[in-house]
Amino acid sequence: MDSKQLYQEVILDHNKKPRNWGKLADASHQAEGLNPLCGDHIWLSLKLDDERVENIAFEGEGCAICKASSSMMTTNVKGKTVTEAEQLVREFRDMATGKLDITDESNHLGRLKVFAGVRDLPSRVKCAILPWHTLQAALHSESVVSTEGDQDPVPAAS
Amino acid sequence: MTSASTVLQAVKPAGALDVGRIRADFPILNLEVNGKPLAYLDNAASSQMPRQVIDRLVRYQTSEHANIHRAVHALSEKATAEYEGARRRIQRFINAKEEREIVYTRGTTDSVNLVMQGYGRAFLGAGDEIIVSQLEHHSNIVPWQMLCEEKGARLRVIPCNDAGELLLEDYSNLFNAKTRFVAITHVSNALGTINPVKSMIATAHRHGVPVLVDGAQAVPHMKVDVQDLDCDFYAFSGHKMCGPTGIGILYGKAQLLEKMKPFEGGGDMILSVTFEKTTYNAIPYKFEAGTPPIAAAIGLGATVEYLESIGLERIAAHEHDLLAYATEAFTHLDGVRIVGRASDKAAVLSFTLQGVHPHDVGTILNEDGVAVRTGHHCAQPVMRRFGIPATVRASFYLYNTFAEVDALVAGIRRVQKIFS
Repeated sequence: MDSKQLYQEVILDHNKKPRNWGKLADASHQAEGLNPLCGDHIWLSLKLDDERVENIAFEGEGCAICKASSSMMTTNVKGKTVTEAEQLVREFRDMATGKLDITDESNHLGRLKVFAGVRDLPSRVKCAILPWHTLQAALHSESVVSTEGDQDPVPAAS
Repeated sequence: MTSASTVLQAVKPAGALDVGRIRADFPILNLEVNGKPLAYLDNAASSQMPRQVIDRLVRYQTSEHANIHRAVHALSEKATAEYEGARRRIQRFINAKEEREIVYTRGTTDSVNLVMQGYGRAFLGAGDEIIVSQLEHHSNIVPWQMLCEEKGARLRVIPCNDAGELLLEDYSNLFNAKTRFVAITHVSNALGTINPVKSMIATAHRHGVPVLVDGAQAVPHMKVDVQDLDCDFYAFSGHKMCGPTGIGILYGKAQLLEKMKPFEGGGDMILSVTFEKTTYNAIPYKFEAGTPPIAAAIGLGATVEYLESIGLERIAAHEHDLLAYATEAFTHLDGVRIVGRASDKAAVLSFTLQGVHPHDVGTILNEDGVAVRTGHHCAQPVMRRFGIPATVRASFYLYNTFAEVDALVAGIRRVQKIFS
């Protein structure tokens, strides 16, 4: 695949200017995501209010794919219910691992489809999935997660 | 012949490598990746195999294969002769004094573990100290840590400077009455530093301490003479020197190998077995339990023959030219930091790009057909020393060209444009 497909303007922009960067002082849930082998490392904090993601923030270091995926995840799940957020986690994971037909319009991914190209780059799938796995962990009050050495780390039954 | 190529022919120094002819030996180099000619610059991880070695493997499997050291039939005699013939060739290649000092293993990692199990577990105890360096590959750290954990021994580390050179005075100062073993790399896989192992071995011997050298990145690229180095153990792998995977060598001085306990028990490593007592075979066989990778060992013999036909000195000179050319080209790139600037350096170029993670660099270079390694190169202590999680690493070998260096540099410029 061509880098113009994966490294699209929107991904490069989110990498350069990550949205919702930082730490929430009044977080109700947080988790740390880490791929020790490649150095992707993010901290995610969120504030849930009545089963809704009222606020979310992240910080950390990593490759462009990981950072852009984190940034776009925060903009996409802010304001969503926990159920909706978990639905997105599942759909993103399925897209990244090639299990989801992105031409099928029934999913809720929207602009997140720019990450569909990682399906052709098995070594980069874990970079894209890390923030989503971390979100899942935060929602379930787990503290540290890794997607290292695993292309489909999110438990199917979640 | 055009006038330009006449000029090129004319300026080519006598004895220089004919890279075009060498490339013709390597079928895989004709591949295209993503529609671009493959520029294979990941040789420190694993190298490619020439037709001569591939053909040798095919010939063995099609006309010579049987189990070795067993039967009296013709094929077994042939396989045994070829397997032992390869051992003699490898012995001469690294100038070991005796054939029985060459032990076939699965690779460098296996060789290091064999010494840890056979020598370390037998002769090291609580409070003893093992010296390793900051530049080691994980395979020359973890086995010794396992030994330390088991025995209550202690790991001491030789530090390095900002160029990636070991601090030899600190090394000398690490020795004390408890020092029992030194395990150091000949050439750093992550940075390319060539360590002055000969003088480091002499230092250890003044304290009566044996030394294992990890030669995985040295044997493929330079002439190694184990008697001249006076190392006690020397480990290397076949697949980094144009040979097969699954085969490596442990060289050990005969008197040390004889003292060592066998690591694995089984067939071929014994002289006689009763339920009361087993008598072990002589070296090297007592370390080669079970049916070994016979084809790979014979293939390694053919690999040595191939490298000798070209000449290690000429290979080293060509790699040196490639490294100098690449290093010079990198000075014209903004925001590129070369990690590892040792004065004595093998053809490894480890670098970071400002504002771009190495994995993004690797993915984009791959689209240009340029294969590099990205990550920590199984040397996380090196990365930590330089305060980075990972680097991009280009590592060169005899078949690489200046045009491939140009492709790498053009690829880096494209990465920078995408991320500008």
